[in-house]
Amino acid sequence: MEMTLPILILAIPITMFLILGIGGVYMSKKMAGVLGILGMGVTMCIAYYVALTYFFSGDPAFIDAQGLRLQVPVFDWLWLAFTNALQVKLGFLLDPISAMMLIVITTISFMVHLYSWGYMEGEKGFQRFYAFLSLFSFSMLGLVVATNIFQMYIFWELVGVSSYLLIGFYYKLPSAVSASKKAFIVTRFADLGFLIGILILSFYCKTFDFIPITNDPTSVLASTGGATFMGASVLTWALVLIFVGGMGKSAMMPLHIWLPDAMEGPTPVSALIHAATMVVAGVYLVARMFPLYLIEEASLLFVTCVGAITAFYAAVVACCQIDIKRVLAFSTISQIAFMMVALGVARPELHDGFGYMASMFHLFTHAMFKALLFLGAGALIHAVHSNDYTAMGGLRKYMPITHWTFLIGCLAIAGIWPFSGFFSKDEMLAAMFANHWFWGAWMTMVAGLTAFYMFRLYYLIFWWEENPHYKEHKPHDAPWQMSLPLIILAAVSCVAGFIPFGEFVTWNRMPYHIHIELPVAATSLTVAILAIALATVMYRKKNPIPSRLKAAMPGLWQAAHRRFYWDEIYMFITHKIIFNIICKSIAWFDRHVIDATMDGFAKITQKTSFAIRGMQSGSIQTYIVWYFLGAVLLAGITWICIF
Amino acid sequence: MELTMLWYLVPSVIMFICGVYGFITRHNLIAILLSLELMLNAADLNFVVFNRFLFPGAMEGMFFTLFSIGIAAAETAIAVAIVVNIYRAIGNTDINEIKKMRF
Amino acid sequence: MDQVGNIILYFVTALVIIVFSVMTVTSRKILRSATYLLFVLLATAVMYFQLGYQFLGAVQIAVYAGGIMVLFVFAILLTHRPNQDEQALTSHKRVLGITCSALGAILLLFALFTMPVCEGTTLCQALTDNNVDMNAIGTALLGTDKFQYLLPFEAVSVLLLACIIGGVVVARKR
Repeated sequence: MEMTLPILILAIPITMFLILGIGGVYMSKKMAGVLGILGMGVTMCIAYYVALTYFFSGDPAFIDAQGLRLQVPVFDWLWLAFTNALQVKLGFLLDPISAMMLIVITTISFMVHLYSWGYMEGEKGFQRFYAFLSLFSFSMLGLVVATNIFQMYIFWELVGVSSYLLIGFYYKLPSAVSASKKAFIVTRFADLGFLIGILILSFYCKTFDFIPITNDPTSVLASTGGATFMGASVLTWALVLIFVGGMGKSAMMPLHIWLPDAMEGPTPVSALIHAATMVVAGVYLVARMFPLYLIEEASLLFVTCVGAITAFYAAVVACCQIDIKRVLAFSTISQIAFMMVALGVARPELHDGFGYMASMFHLFTHAMFKALLFLGAGALIHAVHSNDYTAMGGLRKYMPITHWTFLIGCLAIAGIWPFSGFFSKDEMLAAMFANHWFWGAWMTMVAGLTAFYMFRLYYLIFWWEENPHYKEHKPHDAPWQMSLPLIILAAVSCVAGFIPFGEFVTWNRMPYHIHIELPVAATSLTVAILAIALATVMYRKKNPIPSRLKAAMPGLWQAAHRRFYWDEIYMFITHKIIFNIICKSIAWFDRHVIDATMDGFAKITQKTSFAIRGMQSGSIQTYIVWYFLGAVLLAGITWICIF
Repeated sequence: MELTMLWYLVPSVIMFICGVYGFITRHNLIAILLSLELMLNAADLNFVVFNRFLFPGAMEGMFFTLFSIGIAAAETAIAVAIVVNIYRAIGNTDINEIKKMRF
Repeated sequence: MDQVGNIILYFVTALVIIVFSVMTVTSRKILRSATYLLFVLLATAVMYFQLGYQFLGAVQIAVYAGGIMVLFVFAILLTHRPNQDEQALTSHKRVLGITCSALGAILLLFALFTMPVCEGTTLCQALTDNNVDMNAIGTALLGTDKFQYLLPFEAVSVLLLACIIGGVVVARKR
């Protein structure tokens, strides 16, 4: 494959960003939309071509005789060469996960581009929206194809910026502005860890490139020379710090607080960035560095624990949210945590490390059905002009397309055969059971919760009781630009599970044959069906059970509804402790010591100048007196020195 | 009794010191200029004397004086023009009156 | 005899220079000051003649006495009413002036009298074989070799031109 095609995958979105960003104001909205969709469409076609060529061509450049898929740096341009060791490159790495991510990103991005044409119609800043979408697509594509960790970091920050810009798209809303700031600051804070991790890692292995690091992790370990810090090896620290960056982007506890608020952005943005692509960057990061994580099991254990706690927490919170986008946001957190746990439990000795494969598989299927759910939610919000399910109910008759596609999404995420979520979730649970029964049981419970809250949402939106407001303003299905992506994504969610994913993406890049583990599948299916049944009983028709339950456990409900007070804890820490105690004392020090010193200098200078300003009299005779006396003095000194 | 360089330098020193005294004490701008000319003249005389007694074969001191006289003429012309202008502006040439620009 | 004549001439000129220098800076009538300065300049010219620089003495008389002093006199006449004396010196200023001058004089004279180089050649020895003739001066002024002064000469001529224009511009009536 020649080099131009991969370059185009990155070049087209950034060009689109520049064209729409600079020239957008001179274009009509329609033209900007068509341009953006066309650009993304072409990118998608090229990305498909590249990825499918990589997987299916059988070219010896991509796959060797044993079936090992090779990591191909299609190009690797030396950008900044500071020293022999410190070299920053920009490149395009083609390997199974990056090819898979190319497909995911371009597909979802294209769907969202198309969908936004309908959803954002008539919005102010339509062109700007498309420009930012292109910027995001560029950054995300650059992130997944990074050949080295530094390039990944650069694009990692770029997706953060585009996320910030898109969350704050309605920049006149104070809530959107503060949400975008929150997202940026929290992820930026986490990226500090990422950066330190990168620096530690590259300090020891003298390179940023993924290929030497991941192909020979033992040499990296050897290069650290067994250095330890606070009882853990340096490599563990580096990996945990890098994972902290991933925690920020992927909204793991305790850095998850930005993601629910990020729902202030337009819904297509939530679908693209905060459900399908950007938030899985953390998972992708761990997957990318996986061979390194494998040699430091402590870091994998950390990943697993964080994921397990987050998954459960988010699932519980999702059960008590009113805003449908928040439910989906917490569901996203929970599902990403699922992937993290699957990565964390993967070991090469357990069925060829199929937790890794399962995690990537779930990343793929989750991207599809979660984008579908978000886009469906967008269609609902578009129809009823509210984010809360209290404004909905009984919508199935008014919006059949949305209803059916949303149902497919819910079934997929709940893990019901034959929808895609079933297969990936089954693989993940099997991997967890293989590692330790506790992880399997815990995550099965989370899967049950997932099914429950998704169907709670589904029933509350589409069944329950009809909202009386429909009489005056009849909701209807969205226009074709919005419905088409829903249908496509629903179709993908129906069939994606049958993709033999193990043939393409595994941790060692050798093919792995997926087989469904019947006991695990049966358990998870049973749990899911039970949970759905429970949700059906509770929410299908309007009945007093939910409110009675709520009244029975007001404290728990309130706590879950308020997301277990994480925001309040953060507020307390930042405002009460950091701002009030630390910052105020620092400010006092600044004002009364540092500033005072400077003021003192200024005052001394001023006083002195006022005292001696008489010398600057402007009277030439005084000057000559001083000058002459000085000359005499100098001459006298010279004279004394000579004799 | 022989006339050595010292004999010629003493009147020059006195001329110069008179110039300094006048420059410091006089009120009138033109009087200050006169004192300036005195100092300049003392310096000129020194050049010539050094030339004559220390380097009798050379002419550099003389030429320096020559150019110095030319420049003194130029300087005086401009200075006198400025004094006349000041007189037009404020009605006299007392240096103590020219204080408008002072801080 | 030559020797004696030189000594007498020296004493006369030196006396004139010293006395009229002092009177220049002490006289309260500005026109008289200018006249005393003229005497000082003329005496200096005489000294130049005595030192064997005839051309320089002539230039001193022509430019200083003839040109500059006339300028001064004109300026004085333009800016002073008749019989307008300068106001008396304040004692503060006088003390300052005398202190400065005395300090300077002490230093300079001290330096002068302790300087061994002053005691070398006498006037007669210096004057023996070096008559600066006009030919040499002209060659030196208009030549471009070492110790020749065409460039300064031209520079001074440009300076004088600039002065003429500047003087006219500054002093003209608006």
